[in-house]
Amino acid sequence: MSKWYRENAPITADQLADELMRLKRGSVTRRHFLGVTGLGLATAVLARQPGLFNSTAFAGDLGTQMSIATWPNYHDPATFEAFQAATGVAVEVNVFGSNEEMLAKLQAGGTGWDLFVPTNYTISTYVKLGLIDELDMSKLPNYDAATETARFTNEGVVDGKTYAVPKNWGTTGIAVNSAKIKKPVTSWKDFFEIAMTEGDGRAMVHDYQLTTIGNALVSLGYSFNSIKPDELAKAEELLIKVKPHLYAINSDYQPSMRATDAWMTMCWTNDGAQLNRDMPEILFTLGKDGGEIWSDFYAIPKSAANKAAGYALLNYLMAPENAMKEHIANGAPTTDSRVMKLLPVDVTGNKIVYPDEASLTPLEFGAAVTLTDPGRAELMARFKSA
Amino acid sequence: MTAATNTKRNLVTAALVAPAAAWLMIFLVLPFIAMLVFAFGERAPEGGYQAAFTFAQFANLPTRAAAFWNTLILAPIGALACLLIAYPVAYYLAVRANPRYRLILVSLVVVPFWTSLLVRTYAWMYILGSRGIPNLLSMIGIEDVRMLNTPGAVLLGIVYGYLPLMIMPIYVSLEKLDRRLLEASADLGAKPVSTFFGVTLPLSLPGVMTGVALVTILLLGEYLIPQLLGGGKVFFIGNALVDLFLQSRNWPFGSAIAVTLVAVVVVILMVAMRIAFRVAGTRQVDLV
Repeated sequence: MSKWYRENAPITADQLADELMRLKRGSVTRRHFLGVTGLGLATAVLARQPGLFNSTAFAGDLGTQMSIATWPNYHDPATFEAFQAATGVAVEVNVFGSNEEMLAKLQAGGTGWDLFVPTNYTISTYVKLGLIDELDMSKLPNYDAATETARFTNEGVVDGKTYAVPKNWGTTGIAVNSAKIKKPVTSWKDFFEIAMTEGDGRAMVHDYQLTTIGNALVSLGYSFNSIKPDELAKAEELLIKVKPHLYAINSDYQPSMRATDAWMTMCWTNDGAQLNRDMPEILFTLGKDGGEIWSDFYAIPKSAANKAAGYALLNYLMAPENAMKEHIANGAPTTDSRVMKLLPVDVTGNKIVYPDEASLTPLEFGAAVTLTDPGRAELMARFKSA
Repeated sequence: MTAATNTKRNLVTAALVAPAAAWLMIFLVLPFIAMLVFAFGERAPEGGYQAAFTFAQFANLPTRAAAFWNTLILAPIGALACLLIAYPVAYYLAVRANPRYRLILVSLVVVPFWTSLLVRTYAWMYILGSRGIPNLLSMIGIEDVRMLNTPGAVLLGIVYGYLPLMIMPIYVSLEKLDRRLLEASADLGAKPVSTFFGVTLPLSLPGVMTGVALVTILLLGEYLIPQLLGGGKVFFIGNALVDLFLQSRNWPFGSAIAVTLVAVVVVILMVAMRIAFRVAGTRQVDLV
C-alpha cells in the first residue's frame, strides 16, 4: 500500500495554517512562507514539468470536464488524477468491450467523447464515415513520429494525413489459471477443446466479433480475418457447440479470472500481464496456430465537445515519462522507442509483454473489412442469442 | 349550463392535458413512428439505417426465436415466482401486521429502491460468484459449484429485483378488503382455507393481475439482469436489441424486433386487463 500523502508532506496542516496567518499578519516574508511550507519548491517543480504548464496545448481554455472512451483496465487511474491536478480538467472514463460498440455510439451521435481509443483496423472506416478529425500535430509537440515503430503506427495515417497516434500494441492470446486447468493450452484449437472438457463451464470468450469469431476461425485452420461464408459457417457451428460450455461472453474478464469464477479466457496482452503480475498461476500464451496482433490508437471524434482538452490529454499521454507510467501500470508493450528506453528491465524483459518475435509470426492484424462485414456482425449476434 | 362555461371548461381541460399529450407525442408516438419506418428499411453498408421498403427484417425474426422464447418463458416464470413470494408478504402486511407498525413495514418493502438496481445486481454477482456462496459450500466439502451465469441466477435476480413491484399492488387490494366479509364467511361455517380461496383471493385478484402484468411487461424488456447474472449467455430480447443497435449496428432489424416486442406487450396487457376486470366485475356484482 502507498503511504498516505500527508506523511510525506513537509509541514502539517496546523503548522501550514499558522504560517499562513503569520504571512497575512506580515510577520514573515513571502519567501519564508514558500520555503517553510514547501509550496515554493512544489510550484517550481510543476513549472519545470515538460508538457504541463509550458505546453502550447494548454494555452487555451480547457474547461473542467472531458470524457474518454477506452477499454477495460487500460489506464493507470493515477494518470488522470495527475492530469486533473495539472490542468484542472476532470476526465470521465467510459469503458467499451468492442470497436463495434464504439463505432455504433459515434454513428448514433452525441457521445460527448473528446478522445477515444480505436484499434488499428477501424481507423480507415472512421475516416471514410467522417467521424474523426485529422489531428492538428502542432497541438501534439510531445508526439514524435520518428521514434515510433512503423508496423504498429501506419494505420493511423490515411492518405498521408495523420488521424490517430498510437497508444500501444499488443496481442490477443489465452490466459489460463494453471492451478485449475492442468492440460497445457498452446493453441486456439486447444482453447475450444478444453473449454468443452476440463474447463467446462469456466471459459470466457470476448463479447467482440473480431476476436471471438477470428479465434474460432484460426482454431479451424482459417484466416483470423476470413469473411468467406463457408468458413464463417464452420466457425459458427463451433461457437454454437461451445456456447453451452462457456462461463460467459464478456470482454471484461479480469474480475471473473481474479475471482476464479473463470479459469480460461481470450485475453489481451495488457490484461494477461496484469493478471500474471497479481496471480502468477494465471499464465498467458499466444496461439501457435495464430490469432491477433494489434495496435491501439488515440483519435479525436469530430463531434468532440471539448477538443482543447482532448488534445491536452493526448499530448500529456504522449510525453514519454507519462506514457512510461501508463505502460508499467497497464502492461501493454509500447510503440515508442523513447518510452522503451525509460521502462525498467523487468517490464521490457517480461515475455508476456514483449514476446519472442517468432511467436508473433503466425499472428494477423485485424482487417478493416471485418468491422463492417454484415456476415460477421450477424454471426456474432446469432451466436449470442442462440 | 351555458355554452360559454362549457367552452371554458374544455379549455381548462385541454390546458391541463396538453403537457402530458405533448410529452407522449414527442417521446412516445414520434419515436414509435420512426421505429416503424426503420423496421421496413435496410442496414447501410457500414451499419445504421438506409431507406428502403422491404419485409426482409420481419422475415429475419426467426433468427432471434431463441431470445423471444427465453423472454416469453422466463418473464412469466419470473412473474409467477414473484407472485408466490409476494402474496404472503402482502397478506401479512395488509391483514395480519400490527397497524401501528404497518407503515414502517410497508416502507421497508420500498427501501431497496433507494439503491440503484445496477448496484444491487452487482452485489448478487459477488454473492453468487466463487467468493460467495460457492466458497461457503467448499468449506463443507462441496467443491466447484457454479451459480453465477446460469438461468437460475437470472431468475433469482429477477425475483429479487421485481418483488416490491408485485407486493405493492397486492397489498393495496388486500388493504381495502372488508374484514366483515371474512367474519361473515367464518360465521357461515367456512374454514380459513375456504375463506381464503372463496373470499380473500378473489377480492385481491385485481391487485394480483396488476402486479403480474406490471412485472411481466417490465421483464419483457429486461436487459441488465440477464447481462450481469447470465454472463451474456442467457439472452433476452432486450439483450438482442442492445446487440443489434450497439454491436452489429443493424437498426432496421433492431426496429423490427422492437415493433414485434411492443405488439407482444400490447396483447399481453390487453388479455391480462380483460381477465382482471372481468373477475373483479363479476365478483362485485355477486357481492352486492
